Amino acid sequence: MIEVEGLTVAFGRVQVVRDVSFTVAPGECLAVVGESGSGKSVTARALVGLAGPRAHVTARRLAFDGQDLTGLAERDWRAVRGRRIGLILQDALTSLDPLRTVGAEIAESLRTHRVVPRAETGARVRSLLTDVGVPEPERRARQHPHELSGGLRQRALIASVLAAGPRLLVADEPTTALDVTVQAQILELLGALKERGAGLLLISHDLAVVARLADRVAVMKEGAVVEQDTTAQVLSNPQHAYTKSLIAAVPMEPVAIRVSVQATESPATESSATESSAAEGPATASLFAGSPSAASLFVGSPFALQAENVSKRFRAPDGSLRHAVDGVSFHVRMGETLGIVGESGSGKTTAARIALGLIEPDQGRVLLSGRPWSGIPERDRRARRRTIQAVHQDPLSSFDPRYTVERVVAEAAALSGVRGRDRTRRVTELLDQVGLPATVLRRHPRELSGGQRQRVAIARALAPGPDVLVCDEPVSALDVSIQAQILDLLAALRRDLNVAMIFISHDLGVIRQVSDRVAVMKDARVVETGPVGEVFTAPAEPYTKALLAAVPSFPGYTPGHPEKRSATRAALDSASPSAALRSGRS
Amino acid sequence: MRRYWPLLVSCLVLVPFGVAAAVPELLSDASPIAIDPVNALLPPGTRHWFGTDQLGRDLFTRVVHGARPSLLIGAGATAAAVVAGGLLGLAAALGGRAADQVVMRVADVLMSLPQLLVALVVIAVLGAGTTNLVLAIAIAFTPGYARVVRAEALVVRGSGYVESAKGLGLRRSVLIVRHILPNAVGPLLVLATVGFGTALIAGSGLGFLGFGTQPPAPEWGAMLAEGRDFLETAWWLGVFPGAAITVTVIAVNVLGRAARGRFAGGKP
Repeated sequence: MIEVEGLTVAFGRVQVVRDVSFTVAPGECLAVVGESGSGKSVTARALVGLAGPRAHVTARRLAFDGQDLTGLAERDWRAVRGRRIGLILQDALTSLDPLRTVGAEIAESLRTHRVVPRAETGARVRSLLTDVGVPEPERRARQHPHELSGGLRQRALIASVLAAGPRLLVADEPTTALDVTVQAQILELLGALKERGAGLLLISHDLAVVARLADRVAVMKEGAVVEQDTTAQVLSNPQHAYTKSLIAAVPMEPVAIRVSVQATESPATESSATESSAAEGPATASLFAGSPSAASLFVGSPFALQAENVSKRFRAPDGSLRHAVDGVSFHVRMGETLGIVGESGSGKTTAARIALGLIEPDQGRVLLSGRPWSGIPERDRRARRRTIQAVHQDPLSSFDPRYTVERVVAEAAALSGVRGRDRTRRVTELLDQVGLPATVLRRHPRELSGGQRQRVAIARALAPGPDVLVCDEPVSALDVSIQAQILDLLAALRRDLNVAMIFISHDLGVIRQVSDRVAVMKDARVVETGPVGEVFTAPAEPYTKALLAAVPSFPGYTPGHPEKRSATRAALDSASPSAALRSGRS
Repeated sequence: MRRYWPLLVSCLVLVPFGVAAAVPELLSDASPIAIDPVNALLPPGTRHWFGTDQLGRDLFTRVVHGARPSLLIGAGATAAAVVAGGLLGLAAALGGRAADQVVMRVADVLMSLPQLLVALVVIAVLGAGTTNLVLAIAIAFTPGYARVVRAEALVVRGSGYVESAKGLGLRRSVLIVRHILPNAVGPLLVLATVGFGTALIAGSGLGFLGFGTQPPAPEWGAMLAEGRDFLETAWWLGVFPGAAITVTVIAVNVLGRAARGRFAGGKP
């Protein structure tokens, strides 16, 4: 359907895309993967003539359904763009006009390309919304983008792209901004569109997403395609060193947690998939067998922090009171790590801030080292604050921009009473503990890499000698390989210092790796809690099951296997918006 | 290099003005107030570079000697406004709802009037004179600075690093002095370099109206006012003091913008 040969895009003298060739056939999905800056997004935009005014685009052949697209004037591009090639962007909130209703957005696309007579526009908008699985299309069409959830917004954006009936969809990181369960729904929608005969060019950095959707994969590095083959071939038998390193960096943890889903399905690609699940079976079992006893190690250890039935309500923009956390209880013992997992908006961060004593709960109480921590005056709390420290997702914003690394850590170290020359020694010692050389002392955190910054944040958190460490998404902003290093560091520190840790993440793989016990949060409540092995192997709550099933698996790659899809579907909320789509198709 | 040339040029331009304000005798050894009626209203020439005024005083000498009072009024008023605005802004941001309401509503009222008008009212109450002029301009400019500091302090107060510092168990006063204040005043200092030009114009304007430095002492705004009566016969009386004001204001503005660019690019 689209044929690209020798595509080169240059900005001035810099070639950001070099000699890229690929084709996409109807009903096929080609995924372009690569790290940020590899030129994959520019490639996607060049296909719709949106590479930018300063971009110099050349190609030996760039054709859509036999029509040559090279040297097309802007006027002619408009007939192609939208009508024949649709572009789906990452962030629906910024891609949709905030001042217009979703329905108006879709209607504009219909009118621009004169798809249907004016009188039928409204009906077509509703049918498009129904097609992409938006429930109550009539009501949703009258709403503005900010009134919709992330998933519905992405669906609405896809509906507006589909409106003019393009046969090729270019999706640039379509699910990167979404929670896992929503991501699963959007991927399923894109898969359904593909089955109906649309060509799909998927741009992604996430190999798990690619494995789920793509038929073929092109790996880009520094503007050039280094490897291109079928998805199974690329993922199971990568040829290029860069592809191998990309695959090696994917955390393998999600594999283990998918056993419950994998058990219900027969592996499709006989060789690779059977091997991997066979190899994982026993290994996983022994891992989990060790977990309950590991958790019970802490039973005799004193409580570091207890939250008893805490609730906190905030006023929503419409004036109503909304629970951020609702009757939540959790505790963590000295030396133990409690993982709190949940999607965005589930109340994880509010729970963390209550634990840190930064917000007062409306109801319930918090005990720190067995003594009241909530409902006491700030004056009494201040002296004890150093016993509970935090590590945040974005360390840079937690450092005074004027401060050097030394001052950042020294300020915290001063609280444990070290002064003068001892203080410099103590700071160096702390940096050493987190694996940073003394050479960073005089540098500003902004000059350091993301991983190094997070190490500085950890050093500062350790400086006052805390009993409890609250880590709120400490690795979500980091690349996979750096993420692994920071998690190793936290594990080592926990072992050496016997601190209690509350570890908050939306990433199930990460939670699985660091936690002794897990609390699963949904809609401001803890829906399930227990030792990590139990929760991940035998989840009791339907939501936990759905969460686990929604994680895109990667090495357990089974191309388009129907059983797997239905297992995921059944696990997802039965009232999910894609229900309409499914019933429409079956 | 290209990015630095506005900065460089404006610095070079400001050097002679700085010298004139600091040691005017270095540039001109004549007296700025000595009258010489025989040589009144001479056009610019080799003996009198900028010509002479209606009383025969050398205009170049008067422009040079006028630099100090003019720049001092601008700088003094700006400094006073920055300090007052900074303190009021901090009080509004951190002092609770009542303080915020009082400070900001008064600021709203003052800001709804033209700054020059506010300064005029203050002078009408206090009377003319250099000190009162500085005070009047400072009062007129304070609300603007207070607003900026308040907004900035609110942002800084909610920032991750202030929360982190609070999490360490630091006292509130330490928090304000060590973290909030230094980070909130950054934009204020940049704004002040731009505001200096505006204050200078206001000072000259009020001087022109006769509310500032009293004759015979030279001051650019007052000199403009005196030259107005002879504008048809002696253009130089208006042009040179006016040019001095214009060039200084433009140079300081360019400097302020360059400083703002650096500030946005990364804090020192």
